[in-house]
Amino acid sequence: MATTNHKKSRPSRSLIGLAVIILAIFGSIFAGTKFDDASWTPKLALDLEGGTQIILTPVTENNEKVTSEDIDQAIAIIRQRVDSSGVAEAEITSQGGTNIVVALPGNPSQETLDLVRESAQMQFRPVLYFGAGVGTDPIAPESETDAATGGPTAEPTLEPSAEPSDAATDAATPAPQITDPSDFSQVTPELLAEFDALNCTDPANLAGGGTQNPNEAIVACSADGAMKYILGPMELAGSDIDSASSGLQVNAQGVQLNTWAVSIKFTGEGTKKFTEVTSRLSKLPTYETWIASQPPTQAPGMFAMVLDNLVISAPGVEVVISDGRAEITGNFTRASATTLANQLNFGSLPLTFEVQSESQISATLGSEQLQKGLLAGLIGLLLVVIYSLIQYRALGLVTVASLVIAGVITYGVITLLSWTQGYRLSLPGVTGLIVAIGITADSFIVYFERIRDELRDGRSLTSAVDTGWDRARRTILASDGVNFLAAVVLYFLAVGGVRGFAFTLGLTTIVDVVVVFFFTHPLMKLLAKTKFFGEGHPASGLDPHRLGATSVRYGGRGRVVRVDRESAPAKGAAAGTTKPRKAAKELVGASTRPGAQGGGATAGMTIAERRAARALAEKEASAKEAVAADDATVTEATTPEAPEATEATEASVAPTAEDAAQHDAGDERSADRAETPSDENKDGKL
Amino acid sequence: MAVGFAQWGNDLHTGRKSYNIVGQRRKFYLVSIVLSAICLVLLFKPGFNLGIEFRGGSEFTVSGVSTQSQQLAEEAVTSVAPSEVPRVSSVGNNAVRIQTAELSTDEVEEVRTALMETFDVGEDQVTSSFVGPSWGKDVSQKALTGLIVFLVLVGLVMTAYFRAWRMAVAALIALFHDLIITAGVYALIGWEVTPATVIGFLTILGYSIYDTVVVFDKVRENTDGVLAQTRSTYAERANLAVNQTLVRSINTSVVALLPVASILFIGAFILGAGTLRDIALALFVGMAVGTYSSIFLATPLEVSLRYREPAIREHTAKVLAARAAAAAAPADGGSAVVSPMAYTGSLRPGAHQGNAAQPRKRKK
Repeated sequence: MATTNHKKSRPSRSLIGLAVIILAIFGSIFAGTKFDDASWTPKLALDLEGGTQIILTPVTENNEKVTSEDIDQAIAIIRQRVDSSGVAEAEITSQGGTNIVVALPGNPSQETLDLVRESAQMQFRPVLYFGAGVGTDPIAPESETDAATGGPTAEPTLEPSAEPSDAATDAATPAPQITDPSDFSQVTPELLAEFDALNCTDPANLAGGGTQNPNEAIVACSADGAMKYILGPMELAGSDIDSASSGLQVNAQGVQLNTWAVSIKFTGEGTKKFTEVTSRLSKLPTYETWIASQPPTQAPGMFAMVLDNLVISAPGVEVVISDGRAEITGNFTRASATTLANQLNFGSLPLTFEVQSESQISATLGSEQLQKGLLAGLIGLLLVVIYSLIQYRALGLVTVASLVIAGVITYGVITLLSWTQGYRLSLPGVTGLIVAIGITADSFIVYFERIRDELRDGRSLTSAVDTGWDRARRTILASDGVNFLAAVVLYFLAVGGVRGFAFTLGLTTIVDVVVVFFFTHPLMKLLAKTKFFGEGHPASGLDPHRLGATSVRYGGRGRVVRVDRESAPAKGAAAGTTKPRKAAKELVGASTRPGAQGGGATAGMTIAERRAARALAEKEASAKEAVAADDATVTEATTPEAPEATEATEASVAPTAEDAAQHDAGDERSADRAETPSDENKDGKL
Repeated sequence: MAVGFAQWGNDLHTGRKSYNIVGQRRKFYLVSIVLSAICLVLLFKPGFNLGIEFRGGSEFTVSGVSTQSQQLAEEAVTSVAPSEVPRVSSVGNNAVRIQTAELSTDEVEEVRTALMETFDVGEDQVTSSFVGPSWGKDVSQKALTGLIVFLVLVGLVMTAYFRAWRMAVAALIALFHDLIITAGVYALIGWEVTPATVIGFLTILGYSIYDTVVVFDKVRENTDGVLAQTRSTYAERANLAVNQTLVRSINTSVVALLPVASILFIGAFILGAGTLRDIALALFVGMAVGTYSSIFLATPLEVSLRYREPAIREHTAKVLAARAAAAAAPADGGSAVVSPMAYTGSLRPGAHQGNAAQPRKRKK
């Protein structure tokens, strides 16, 4: 398909581009197999490959009872850690109400295993510095306020739940040395650089886990990734909390308000420490003042509750709280308040996970399932190929080729991602890929149907491919866009198996768009130039005659071209069998209209309509007279020079009328020309 | 067959043949309402048969076995509870783990005995315990949040794309219709709901919206500038769009359903219960209903909603009045002929056919 013409070179450029993409994908996999641990097949998920099962028992230091809520919370934390480390579908369950069973696919690395086994700790630390979770700028106040309205954890305020006693206001002024946890001099340039580099929108940074020195300042992300913080040394531990609960806020008069709040009760030791903390923090600038004073010279009056090294809440402190009962308010919903209370309760347990056993488990689904599934997919694909060939003839081969290309790209990308991102294919994932055949093939069907529509309107194939593409492209992009949206939303908001599914869906949608744009469409453009397709060979699936393109087209030099007249004589037989049926159909349709007798009142009708109606009327009249229909119908010369005009029977009347109708008023001039003088005599009004 | 089908496609495109789907919308509404109602009832009775992943269940561990055959373990469980579909996996190299839905205390004892006999081990080598759901409330909660966000976003995107919120509403109603019917059929058949089923439902969600967008795109194209003419009403233009996309809808649904049907067939008749069967059933029903709803429910609904707009209503009245006048005219003046195309075909002015179609200078 060597091309020299400038116009022709463009589709082949797209095809070369696609070839480069495919080569790049497989090239990197090849490089991966040489220099790293990549393989030519994607890794399989737990249900197909088996993996490692770890049974953990949460134990408390002081033999406190571990409730089922604590187990649920622990499961949620472990799931967060595992999900953030990739798209591997781990299975986490509770067992017998006391154990947690974590099953990880394949042979997880030591780091992953450590991540699971680590205990989650809660720390209260003062906030020294904060900013939006994304940017690398130290603080951008405008993006800051955006983030602040985003989540409930952004700007809650802490209030004393009972009347604050003003006893402990004599706390020492912040000392210049670093003994004060809120000392702003802890924000060293190194720490600030670390803070700048931290991107909290990266899921890898939201994994949690890892132990941080409680006596040093650290950087941390908020659990939802919207904010990042520099935090001072730990002031209270989770064990200083006695209990936490959520409920509707009660104001000083004891009246229940309609806002949700989380109440914390501290232990005796905790109350002492908390009084100290609040009396210091309440003197520091509030959230708003701190943002307004750029660059900051001191820490804001906020403290952060850090669970598993993620900030779950960072309320501001405005008054001293000395009775050990604090209430966090903010724009909580019932659900978010409950979650925070659960997290605080969980944090109050000095919980560690004890590994009971760690063993290899086999796949839960036999290898038979995968084999049969793939077999089913193959059979399905074969049926699709057969159907496409019947429906679209040679054009079906374009569908098949596009599907093959889509399959190759998908396989390559999945293999690549399973190497770089730890993506693993589960059986639902495999099924999803098989099902994607349908959605991918739909893009081609939409496109082909558009081309056919354009051919029916009488375009040449080259022009039909271009016009059809313009219209099909919009539809394909819109519908794929919706699918992609579904994938993105589900990927970011869901967990576990749903995440894996969303990933597969998004992937196949992108591949679909890539294949249609860079393969199917360029290929169609090239094929339109071949003789077989361009001239509408009956087996090409683009035969204008079969598509009923009977339209009159101006062919230049005073000639009018009728597509069906042009077709090869070999098709005569076929034409003979289909044509009368078509005409009969239309006439029947026409007769169902009320008052469709005679031929006259023509207000608001096009010439074509008038003509069709007249043909109908005359046919009816002739039927009454029991005269052969062929003789009774008006013979019309559609093309001035058409020799067949004299033998035009009712069969040719109908399509002509309809063509003219399609071309509406814009084509009236040419229709005029086709009009025979006798017509004008009958109803001269135009 | 292909010739007949192609001919049929041509006729649908030109409007020579047309099914009055929008005109008979009340009938289709009735069908959908009745079906949805039945399926809603089915959702509560018999309701879903939730799998072990959602409800938790019983777990048996047989240690010190000489063979880790999954087959043997399955047989042992089904000898006690025939309807159970146990999940068997080998742990380490001398233990087998069997998970089933929650069994009664008696059944647990019987299964233990059966396992002891099957694997020929002592009583202390078979342990049983209760396992919690791996797809717990928090997972469902997050999936549901994702779903709601998705629906809201899709509504916004469709409103922006079609510049008509009514289209988004119609598409979302059709979506719920599809989900309810699929879930109802699934509940009726009574297969276990597993995460694979949920994934199947989510796929339907995407597919249903996808299919509706394709049909609506054509509706939008056909009804563009409908108010500027008096030949056909909005409903007629929309109906033409549905007819014109009918061939595409049929081709797409056949192509999409063939692989699913093949998985369903192999899954249900050769493999028996399992992931493949669950996901394929959900998909098969959902895709079929999705195709149906985008043709017979979404578009008629959209038309019904559009008719709440005064401009569209006035326009329709105007078109019908003009048509009536044309029909009535012969009463005084003679005979009447009303175009057979008035209800169906589209009228489009001729378009430029490209330079190639222009007359060429004759070469001397």
